Amino acid sequence: MSAATDAARTAAHTGSVGSVGQSVRDSLVIARRNLIRMTRIPEMVLFGVIQPVMFVVLFTYVFGGSMKIGNTTDADVYKDFLMAGIFAQTVTFATAGSAAGIADDMQKGLVDRFRSLPMARGAVLTGRTVADLAQTCVTVLVLAVVALLVGWRVGSAEPTNAGKVLGAFGLLLLLGYAFTWIGALIGLSVRTPEAATSGGIIWLFPVTFVSNAFVDSSQMTPWLRHIAEWNPFSATVQATRELFGNPGVVQSDAWPMQHPVWASLIWSVLIIAVFRTLAVRKYRSAAA
Amino acid sequence: MPGAIYAEGLVKTFGDVRALDGVDLDVPEGTVLGLLGPNGAGKTTAVRCLTTLLRPDSGRAFVAGIDVLAHPNEVRRSIGLSGQFAAVDEYLTGRENLQMVGQLYQMRARAAKARAVELLEQFHLSDAADRPAKTYSGGMRRRLDLAAALVVSPPVMFMDEPTTGLDPRNRQQLWEVIKQLVSGGTTLLLTTQYLEEADHLAHDIAVVDRGHVIARGTSDELKARTGGERVEVVVHEREHMATAAEVLTGFGKGATTVEDHTRKLTVPVTGGAKLLAEVIRELDTRGIEIDDIGLRRPTLDDVFLSLTGHAAETKAEDDDPETDPGHQPEKEAAK
Repeated sequence: MSAATDAARTAAHTGSVGSVGQSVRDSLVIARRNLIRMTRIPEMVLFGVIQPVMFVVLFTYVFGGSMKIGNTTDADVYKDFLMAGIFAQTVTFATAGSAAGIADDMQKGLVDRFRSLPMARGAVLTGRTVADLAQTCVTVLVLAVVALLVGWRVGSAEPTNAGKVLGAFGLLLLLGYAFTWIGALIGLSVRTPEAATSGGIIWLFPVTFVSNAFVDSSQMTPWLRHIAEWNPFSATVQATRELFGNPGVVQSDAWPMQHPVWASLIWSVLIIAVFRTLAVRKYRSAAA
Repeated sequence: MPGAIYAEGLVKTFGDVRALDGVDLDVPEGTVLGLLGPNGAGKTTAVRCLTTLLRPDSGRAFVAGIDVLAHPNEVRRSIGLSGQFAAVDEYLTGRENLQMVGQLYQMRARAAKARAVELLEQFHLSDAADRPAKTYSGGMRRRLDLAAALVVSPPVMFMDEPTTGLDPRNRQQLWEVIKQLVSGGTTLLLTTQYLEEADHLAHDIAVVDRGHVIARGTSDELKARTGGERVEVVVHEREHMATAAEVLTGFGKGATTVEDHTRKLTVPVTGGAKLLAEVIRELDTRGIEIDDIGLRRPTLDDVFLSLTGHAAETKAEDDDPETDPGHQPEKEAAK
């Protein structure tokens, strides 16, 4: 209200509205806000970590001895086979968090504040997905430690190297990021955060189970096998498994199974392009 | 030249509901317009259209001289919005909330930080600055919300029912803050359900009913149309009614109405509490025993009754009849 703050206001603008720089800055401001929230609600992060750890233990010890990978039902082989699938499933579960978080924001008055500010239009959503990506990184790190503790090793079937392993984690995080945009769209489409939590997760079960994540898809009935092999999720699992040098890489004529790294990249980028466009459009028109 | 807030023929419908049915507004720079009306009258919808949150079906609007429909982002730079439901992030501290809003107004991080400190001080929130807003009382949240709307000292402010749900003490406090703000030259549009609030804060009042502006004028003009203040007396003995009526007519500015069965007499007056004291003395001198006496100020209901012939129909539901389920602000948030 004083002259000094008026001057500060006009001098303090950091760039023009609509520039790429502004989009990035605003998204980071929102991402920071969501990360602060996560530290204030640590149980949310904790549950996100516990879930995949539970899956590792259950699958390894309950299913481990009875799953046939290639020609063996050796539990140790299954453990090495399984881990790529668990990693991939874990990164996709961030979808539920994005969906619930965005639904929650939309339900509260805060989104009116954001919409009345001269900020980049997609920043509320981008900021959320970036924060979710950060949380996914933490979860994946914890999961990797647990996996090593139960005996998972890279290079157990084929030789690999650090670059390939890092590349595998890169593909996993990209897939996770792509899926949070699906979550964003779900969050914008439902009425309550509770609906967003279940809506964000139920469809992930068929997507992650009709795939090569937990079983050898080449042993499925043909029609199901085709779905599994063209499932975007399977491409990342196959690529990760191959780059980790773990057993059970699917032998198939399907293009995504033969070129899993490319397929994984293309699918993820495609998902981001489509769902980001739809989500931002939905956000803009949500209240108008 | 149109005012700092100017609207012409704003129409907005939600399904069958015409929330705005051709609203015209003109708020000269540096003045305060009170948008007075019951729930569901269209006040919130009008604010949402003017603050770029909602696109009207037809009509034109200019804020700070900028076309709202053509250049919404330019408008956003020049306005502050303080809503009916305290729009702050409850998991962030007061300081973090204000800093975030500052940065989203495109201030540099350091400037936003400094401005947050200034505002926390000004709104008596310094002690609570580093506590999550979740722990704030209702009044503190409103103050934080208002502070967030003032981060860039915008030339035009919108406040949607700023004191709804606040206790009298917090309401008084907030009024002081708002008065201080407009004395600095800010143009303000505020919505309220209370004539008293509009009377207190606004230069001009526009009464809204069912999407229409049904009357506008200063508070005094509106009150004149509703008959202004009245003294109401309930006498103890029925036989005293004639004498009491004589006394009241002596003090009044019009005819005294007498309700026989309730022993109630009403007369329009000017002169407020001082006059009330004189009336009591005079009644006492004449030995008239009274059960009840009071100065009645016109309420929103009175204004409505005299303007429309029907009482203010208060819908139990949200003011904003928008049906989009994603946007029903959470009522609990205001508590």
